[in-house]
Amino acid sequence: MAKGRVSIVVERCKACGFCVEFCPTKVLALSSAFNSKGYHPPHVVQPEKCSGCDLCGMYCPDFAIYGIKTAAGGEK
Amino acid sequence: MKADPRGVLTGIHFMDGDHACCEGALAAGARFAAGYPITPSTEVVERFASRVPTVGGAFIQMEDELAASITLQGGVWGGAKAFTVTSGPGFSLMMEHIGYAAMTETPCVFVDVQRGGPSTGLPTLPAQADMQQARWGSHGDYEIIALCPNSPQECFDLTIKAFNLAEEYRVPVMFMMDECVGHMTEKVVIPSANEIEVVPRKHTHKSVDTYLPYGTNGDLVPEMAHAGEGYGFHVTGLTHDERGYPNMTPEVQDKLVRRLQNKIRNAADRLVMFEEENTEDADVVVVSYGITSRVAQRAIDLARARGLRVGRLRLMMVWPFPDKKIAELAARAKAFVVPELNLGQMVREVERAAGGKAKTFLVPHAGGGVHNPQDILKVIVEASR
Amino acid sequence: MSDMLEVVNPVEPFLRSDRMPHIWCPGCGIGTTVNCFARALIESKVDLKHLAVVSGIGCTGRVAGYVKLDSFHTTHGRPIPFATGLKLANPKLNVVVYSGDGDLSAIGGNHLIHAARRNIDLKVFCVNNLIYAMTGGQTAPTTPGHATTTTNPYGTFEPAFNLPHLLDAAGAVYVARWTTFHVRQLARAMSEAFKKKGFSFIEVISPCPTLYQRRNKMGDGLDAMKYYKEASKVKNGAPTGEVGLTINGEIAVGKFVDRDRPDYQTLMRAQYVESLGDRYINYEEFTEEPECSICS
Repeated sequence: MAKGRVSIVVERCKACGFCVEFCPTKVLALSSAFNSKGYHPPHVVQPEKCSGCDLCGMYCPDFAIYGIKTAAGGEK
Repeated sequence: MKADPRGVLTGIHFMDGDHACCEGALAAGARFAAGYPITPSTEVVERFASRVPTVGGAFIQMEDELAASITLQGGVWGGAKAFTVTSGPGFSLMMEHIGYAAMTETPCVFVDVQRGGPSTGLPTLPAQADMQQARWGSHGDYEIIALCPNSPQECFDLTIKAFNLAEEYRVPVMFMMDECVGHMTEKVVIPSANEIEVVPRKHTHKSVDTYLPYGTNGDLVPEMAHAGEGYGFHVTGLTHDERGYPNMTPEVQDKLVRRLQNKIRNAADRLVMFEEENTEDADVVVVSYGITSRVAQRAIDLARARGLRVGRLRLMMVWPFPDKKIAELAARAKAFVVPELNLGQMVREVERAAGGKAKTFLVPHAGGGVHNPQDILKVIVEASR
Repeated sequence: MSDMLEVVNPVEPFLRSDRMPHIWCPGCGIGTTVNCFARALIESKVDLKHLAVVSGIGCTGRVAGYVKLDSFHTTHGRPIPFATGLKLANPKLNVVVYSGDGDLSAIGGNHLIHAARRNIDLKVFCVNNLIYAMTGGQTAPTTPGHATTTTNPYGTFEPAFNLPHLLDAAGAVYVARWTTFHVRQLARAMSEAFKKKGFSFIEVISPCPTLYQRRNKMGDGLDAMKYYKEASKVKNGAPTGEVGLTINGEIAVGKFVDRDRPDYQTLMRAQYVESLGDRYINYEEFTEEPECSICS
């Protein structure tokens, strides 16, 4: 059960890959979609593994993603 | 408003220009200075270091003039009236930060006690060769105000004026002394605090949501806030818009730089300070400033004793230059005589402003001493022909 | 149900959102350090009204323009003396200097060592990307040997500064180095600096993908981060003389110096009180209200 979820500001992303690489539970991957600047933003591929640790948020140099803890057992 | 009595050393004193300048700063409300020792200016900050702990303020001697010239600006944004003091070589080092003060509209005073140059030159001897540098020394288009005292009394009075102008126009003001005026000891009368007018900081009363750090309400001088008051404003030396945010386009550049210029230029009629004597029917007008004006007085007296019609214009504010007054005199007089302790600096402004309507004669002196009045007299006589 | 409470990125309240997106390149680590800065501010409950950020010129210097605080983007090399002036005029301020390795240790080197010597109460966050990035990739005093830069097109050969060693010798009371990989440790170090009185210096090794990484065929920002992860060794308390960096060797990270020395203003006041006794006027700050008679 997901203990957290991420929020992605697609337009700010520059596809550096930090969040994908350093998510401890490999929740993210770069998508094949484009934002308006031509970058592939990340998307959630394993939502149930998200712990809401917000490491993605701490790593993101573009302030384009952050994670929050949700109430145990469900989406808030 | 009136001066804070804690900084006013009311009384009749016998002190030199450097010391009087320090007292003027304290009387004006300066409570922070950052300095670096350089002859012949050092006494100004030495006295400040000695006085300010019992008045209520701080002094720090920084590691170089590059630091001193920006530390004082940090002090201004922290809430103080602040200044620094230097001479030629230090003045050159400070140029970048004079430009920063002009660009960020930081009210402050830079005192230059001029000495022989260029380079290390004559550390203990007078000159007046930084006059154009005061105006143009930093890069880019900007305007400053520069004052020029010719006595220790004026080192007191005009320093107060310098601080007042800095606050009124949010501009760095250059206080152009010279080694002679700085090191000459004369009677200095310091009045009581309630006889001294000081201009307070143009501090905003707007709320955090409506305040624009570089917005203006019709006048060209924005209201200021200090760090620590909750405004969360941004200050940058980059070309910026009313929010203070970097905005580097030709349109914003034009708007900003023109306002910085017009802030001073539009006030040119009010920004004049000179002494004028016997110019109504003069054939020759002697234009001088600083220590040279006192030597010139002797030459003028000798010339008049010979029956020559000589007028006197002593500049107390050298920048902005009093174009209108020179143009007016050029229409009546035959010639200007400009003695200065340099090989031709302010004479260029006189010549320009005269517009060809009167001749201009320079009486140069490379520095290291003052003119012999006879040398000035000789030129007055020649100009009268 | 997807009507959720608007939970905001913890860093967002500290940003001038009207200026996003910022100018830093993809994979640049400066933004990462700002996340750590925001977390440190939250964790240490710093009074934001009395916080000022001062930066110099360079990529890291742009941080001042992006944070929603009293912030000053000053001249190249001079954020430290400006910050000194701010702090002396208003001792209540918590003053952070946020600038780059070139700005702080080359043109600003003199001010760096004197402020550390004096132990001015400043928190200096030095983002070290080992290059002059903003101007196109010139050699910095921190560029390791045998790197390619635009002013050393055949490879650098100068010994580089070991910044923790320099700051230790100059007298800083807190000296630490982390990388942009070490986000939690960096945030914690910044928090510790906020609690410390005196000159604190935190060096953060950060990628410059566009210039340093690319010109030296070291991949992109992510490759740099992976290198930091793999090559970093936490060596708290290590002798600072031993923590120099090389182009692809070990990166010693950790807290190297944490000592106590009276800060400049404490020393200043003590000296004046000793010499002047009651005659000393211990000013607190120059203005509380806009109509304060001292500043106006």
